[in-house]
Amino acid sequence: MIPRHLVIATSVLLAAALGLSIYAWHVRKTVVSKPQATTDTRPLAPPVAGPTEQVTLYVAYDDDGSLRATSAQIPMPSGRQQRAEELLRALLSIYLDKNSPHVLGTGAEVRSVFLVDPGVAVIDLNSAFADEHRSGVLVEELTVASLIHTVSANTPGVVKVKILVDGKERETLAGHADLSSFYDVTAMNQLATQLQGGE
Amino acid sequence: MRWTEPRLIAGPAVMLACAIFSTIFLSGAPAEKHLAVYSVAANYSVAIVQHDGRDYVGLLEVLEPLGTVSARIESGGRWRLRYNNIEGNFQAGKSRARVLGRDADLGEKFLLHNDRGLVPVAALGSLLPRFLGGPVTLHEASARLFIGSVGTHFTASLAAQNPPRLVFNFSAPVNPTIATETGSLRMTFTREPLVAPASPMLTFGNKTISSANYSENNGAAIITVNTSVAVLASFSNNGKTITIAPVAVVSAANEPNTPPASVASNTATTAPPATPAPAPAPPVPAARRYFAVVDASHGGDDHGETLSATLLEKDVTVALARSLRQELESRGITTLVLRDSDANVSLDQRAIFANADHAAIYIALHAASSGHGVRVYSALLPYGEDDRGPFLSWTTAQRTSRPLSQTAASAVAGELQKRQIPVRALAAPLRPLNNVIGPAIAVEIAPQGSDVSQLIAPDYQQLITSAVATAIAATRDQLGAAP
Repeated sequence: MIPRHLVIATSVLLAAALGLSIYAWHVRKTVVSKPQATTDTRPLAPPVAGPTEQVTLYVAYDDDGSLRATSAQIPMPSGRQQRAEELLRALLSIYLDKNSPHVLGTGAEVRSVFLVDPGVAVIDLNSAFADEHRSGVLVEELTVASLIHTVSANTPGVVKVKILVDGKERETLAGHADLSSFYDVTAMNQLATQLQGGE
Repeated sequence: MRWTEPRLIAGPAVMLACAIFSTIFLSGAPAEKHLAVYSVAANYSVAIVQHDGRDYVGLLEVLEPLGTVSARIESGGRWRLRYNNIEGNFQAGKSRARVLGRDADLGEKFLLHNDRGLVPVAALGSLLPRFLGGPVTLHEASARLFIGSVGTHFTASLAAQNPPRLVFNFSAPVNPTIATETGSLRMTFTREPLVAPASPMLTFGNKTISSANYSENNGAAIITVNTSVAVLASFSNNGKTITIAPVAVVSAANEPNTPPASVASNTATTAPPATPAPAPAPPVPAARRYFAVVDASHGGDDHGETLSATLLEKDVTVALARSLRQELESRGITTLVLRDSDANVSLDQRAIFANADHAAIYIALHAASSGHGVRVYSALLPYGEDDRGPFLSWTTAQRTSRPLSQTAASAVAGELQKRQIPVRALAAPLRPLNNVIGPAIAVEIAPQGSDVSQLIAPDYQQLITSAVATAIAATRDQLGAAP
């Protein structure tokens, strides 16, 4: 004769297994049918508060293919790395505005900036930034030049810059601008000067 | 029957294992499947929908490109379809339909999904002849449907010479996507109604090119050539002949009209390393076969910019490359178009080919919808890696030729300016310009206004390519003296 407590335990385990299977099936159906949000537009970090500083942002303009120096008054933290991040977030807020002169895809975000001695800056973009970026040599070049020149002009000592996407190396931004190598800040400054002329 | 305790434990354990397994197994996203349809009227593909493990397609979508078709839903889940003058009646949940007043067995039940009438793919072989009045051939496993007497046949023969050449002759022009891997070259035919040879495995009894096999999968026909060395494919005979040969043979023997369709992975001296390590520089300039290498950027899976709903950058660049070749050759400049088909060619492979040819000028062509006119680019070199002795850094191989590249870019910009075309000369972080040892420029062409269709207008293309060719011809002596 099977002890009563074993029968109960077996029944409970069978019911649990069946319930888990049904739950797994239900979860899968829900995940498949639920449309995923294409981008997560939530900010990655809270806005910085504190004293503001005047900084120079280099903003891309698609209408004449130029890079223009623009002054902005933004709250700046004291840390060198955090300052670089805030600079790029201020730059992106211009690009994500409805009157943007150089439209970026919804959800584009700079995840973080790392400043590594001696003179290396690493800009880590999120995947929405690259995946939703428009394709074209000039349009991609303007984005890259804007990011790098804004960081290097406001962060003394940076000599080379690497751009990552979601923490990983990527061959190009959107099919054209090379992201596989380190950018030379000196060469980028010359390019920024060229681009400030516009069409 | 008496249960023992181990059995009592094993039962639930198996159930739990099944639950976990089903969770893992079911979490994988199903691959998207398509039915490729080939007919005299059009070649197209239709998305396959899966239901209860069976493949279904929308009957309206299958018939739409072939004639006048309409459908409407009636009460009680009935779906009525009219193709030209032929009427079919279907009932949701029923496996029998009526076409031209006669019963048709669908094998599986008919589905109405989002107002679309879905029939099993397996039923198309018997159902479609009733609507179309002619034979159809269904390759169900590979989702390929041939309507009427369509079909591109091919033969393969190995030329008995050393090194060997494998020649494919097709009964109609083809334009496959070509990919290379170590030890094989794969041609994927998605638009052509390619049909199998008598035997799917062709053996040649040769060590260099040993065999080729034909297969079909998910709406495509695939020919895989198995080799022991890196090979190239080149097109000729208006796209009806593809020749596969070892890299050196194709490089030496290619005519300007039959450029390589792809460049195989290669560990030759001009190949880039897997990691950014130096690539050797040639100590002595080798003989130049082509003065100019024109590179139609993108290709294959890399579409470049989607310029409009029907216009891709990779297609515009091929047209521009052909036009530029014609303009250059009319000025006596030998020219190789690096990509003259819809082939996958990596950035490294493009640089390898330009370097191997020691061309006097490498010109990459791009097209864009933004901006106006033309942009001419020379390389923006990345942060320098030091050359090691005679070995140049792959990422900055362009360094010594950059002044000449800028001279060529300025000449092209000047010539375009003379013709009243808006133009800018810039540096750009655009590969493979920095990997090319000789002078290298890129030309990005945008419409003069907002109409992107101007990019495919032959007169606009010729206006630009003739200016580029004139500038290259004018700087021929300077470029020709480059190592």
